[in-house]
Amino acid sequence: MSLLKVESLSKSFTSGGMWSGKRKVTHAVNDVSFEVAKGETLAIVGESGSGKSTTARLVMRLLEADAGRITLLGEDVSQLKGSALRRKRRHMQMVFQDPFASLNPRMKIADSVGEGLRVHAPELNSKQRRAKVAGILEQCGMDDSVLDRYPHQFSGGQRQRIGIARALAVSPELLVLDEPVSALDVSVQAQILNLLSDLQKEHELAYLFISHDLSVVRHVADRVAVMFAGRIVEQGDVQDVYVRPKHPYTRELLDARPVGHPSQRHAAGDEIVRSDEGVADAGCPFRLRCPFARSDCETFDARLSGGEHRIACLHPL
Amino acid sequence: MLKIEHLSLAIPAPGGDRQAVSDVSLTLAPGHVLGLVGESGCGKTLTAQAILRLGESQGIVRTAGRVLLDDADVFGMPEPELRTVRGGRISMIFQEPMTALNPVFSIGAQLTEVIRLHLDLTRPAAEERAIGLLADVGLQDGAGLLRQYPDSLSGGMRQRVLIAMAMAADPDYIIADEPTTALDVSVQKRIIDLLRGLQEKRGLGMLLVTHDFGLVAELCDEVAVMYAGHIVERGPVADIFDKPAHPYTRALMHCRPEADGRHKRLPAISGQVPSPGKWPEGCRFAARCPLAAIECSTPVREDAWQEGRHLARCVKVMEVLKDEKLEAFL
Ligand SMILES: Nc1ncnc2c1ncn2[C@@H]1O[C@H](COP(=O)(O)OP(=O)(O)OP(=O)(O)O)[C@@H](O)[C@H]1O
Ligand SMILES: Nc1ncnc2c1ncn2[C@@H]1O[C@H](COP(=O)(O)OP(=O)(O)OP(=O)(O)O)[C@@H](O)[C@H]1O
Ligand SMILES: [Mg+2]
Ligand SMILES: [Mg+2]
Repeated sequence: MSLLKVESLSKSFTSGGMWSGKRKVTHAVNDVSFEVAKGETLAIVGESGSGKSTTARLVMRLLEADAGRITLLGEDVSQLKGSALRRKRRHMQMVFQDPFASLNPRMKIADSVGEGLRVHAPELNSKQRRAKVAGILEQCGMDDSVLDRYPHQFSGGQRQRIGIARALAVSPELLVLDEPVSALDVSVQAQILNLLSDLQKEHELAYLFISHDLSVVRHVADRVAVMFAGRIVEQGDVQDVYVRPKHPYTRELLDARPVGHPSQRHAAGDEIVRSDEGVADAGCPFRLRCPFARSDCETFDARLSGGEHRIACLHPL
Repeated sequence: MLKIEHLSLAIPAPGGDRQAVSDVSLTLAPGHVLGLVGESGCGKTLTAQAILRLGESQGIVRTAGRVLLDDADVFGMPEPELRTVRGGRISMIFQEPMTALNPVFSIGAQLTEVIRLHLDLTRPAAEERAIGLLADVGLQDGAGLLRQYPDSLSGGMRQRVLIAMAMAADPDYIIADEPTTALDVSVQKRIIDLLRGLQEKRGLGMLLVTHDFGLVAELCDEVAVMYAGHIVERGPVADIFDKPAHPYTRALMHCRPEADGRHKRLPAISGQVPSPGKWPEGCRFAARCPLAAIECSTPVREDAWQEGRHLARCVKVMEVLKDEKLEAFL
């Protein structure tokens, strides 16, 4: 049994609205399905606006889906509300790109990190809670001098450690991490990635890891789902997808990675003429940018198919 | 030539000014790209902005050194001359593309204003030039774009508009402060291609501020590595990649996840950059360096180790070079 199972999740947003006249519907997440097993890392990659954060917020039930089902530990949680939903939240917690946004600036670190324990472990008295918080912070590489300080007194990397500690406090099985290292410089990024890997081993945590950095994803993930325009276009074992990408979009993403040495420099391309945008409304969403697109792509329903390594493409590489 | 010579800068602080950049020397030649790398808080932005004296409005003062543009000291320039240099001969692409454009003015208004400030053109001629500049940065429907407002553009498009704006007066030098950090990989790749194309075609000199060695590998001819307010290593890009001499440079290069290093521990550098005012007397990296010894507690010269144009501010370079991967970090 998988820990988390997501089936045909969809969400669209309408912008524009009554006064401006031109209403625009964005299919932010479109028929998305995946599973995450205990102790495993599934990464979601894709360009800006592809729907990664919306997927995360739907899974966390911070946002109501238009359609689809979310099953956590065998129980359908898509319809849960109120206290039933709060109880389930103990099993999955979220870490944000900017932990500052998720920490109350007027609350001491001890109270921020211990907040979840008040709800999920009401049997602890305040002294026990403080001891537990100190223990979790220590696992995250911070000593107990931080307990009585406020968020603004910490650097980005330290705040991210605190954000992780806060999520871990209630002993969840799953962490949903939305770009947890994107705002950090390389050295701090390395510290946080090492921390996440230690914590995963120690607690058999599962991660839904969202990132647009393909090197980071290759480093942390077991499996990867590539999103484009609200859909998963390719999904499989990280090694398979990186070594033998089958979807032209995945290839484009992989080719765009910066090189490791000046001697491998990309030749100055003439691709710059292509637009940043260009998502087809019907058929395969990538066909306008795809070098292999043919006429049948205009009517393709862009559904994933295949076994372990699945793609949504009529003319795979 | 654009030269920074022995530049020191101080930032205002309650207990008196604090030294934030010390004794930085860099040379930027036309047609060359110089990378300035280092962790957050090392002083990269302060240094880059000092070239155009942009920190002065925030109370940042030059305490020593000069910035020479073809032998004229930027710090000695009268205000009108400085204004023609800013955006005219030297232009800047800022770290945050979201805040660098004014949301209440159209793209056209902002772009033609910069053009007309530096070039003697009529409004229609300036608009025509604007459309040409937008095409150069890969934005095709220039005429339509001029009427749009920053809010309706994606991050990648905004960054292109800023590059077009920086190119408006055909400058000789561009200072790009983390031009792609806020962008995803596909857009980043296109912006890099674009910068490289412009730089080669027009013989621009470029200072690229970044903490990403991938970007350095893609774009730079020369590299300077900054740590706690000063340069700890510099040299031609191939030398820096093939033979990084300062332990800090090595550490910074190795902490990026590698292609085949799945699930391996990353060689993170423990601790953090000391902030201005808290620098030790000797090597500023010593507290985080696995090779630190007693001889590191006295000040280290920038050319403590030198091989051709490759310099390192470290007395332990022989030991560093012996240890290919610097196992001490792993
Ligand atoms: N609350 C909202 N109202 C309207 N549109 C929204 C809302 N949230 C997201 N969207 C739109 O949904 C799409 C997907 O957004 P999402 O934030 O999920 O992308 P992302 O993949 O996380 O991008 P990034 O890498 O930039 O964080 C985008 O087109 C976005 O503009
Ligand atoms: N206007 C200012 N007032 C006070 N301190 C400042 C000011 N600007 C920068 N500093 C401090 O000076 C140091 C260097 O800052 P700088 O912005 O140059 O770093 P950076 O290398 O560009 O870092 P990043 O990679 O985060 O952009 C930091 O400790 C910073 O807090
Ligand atoms: Mg997002
Ligand atoms: Mg900076």
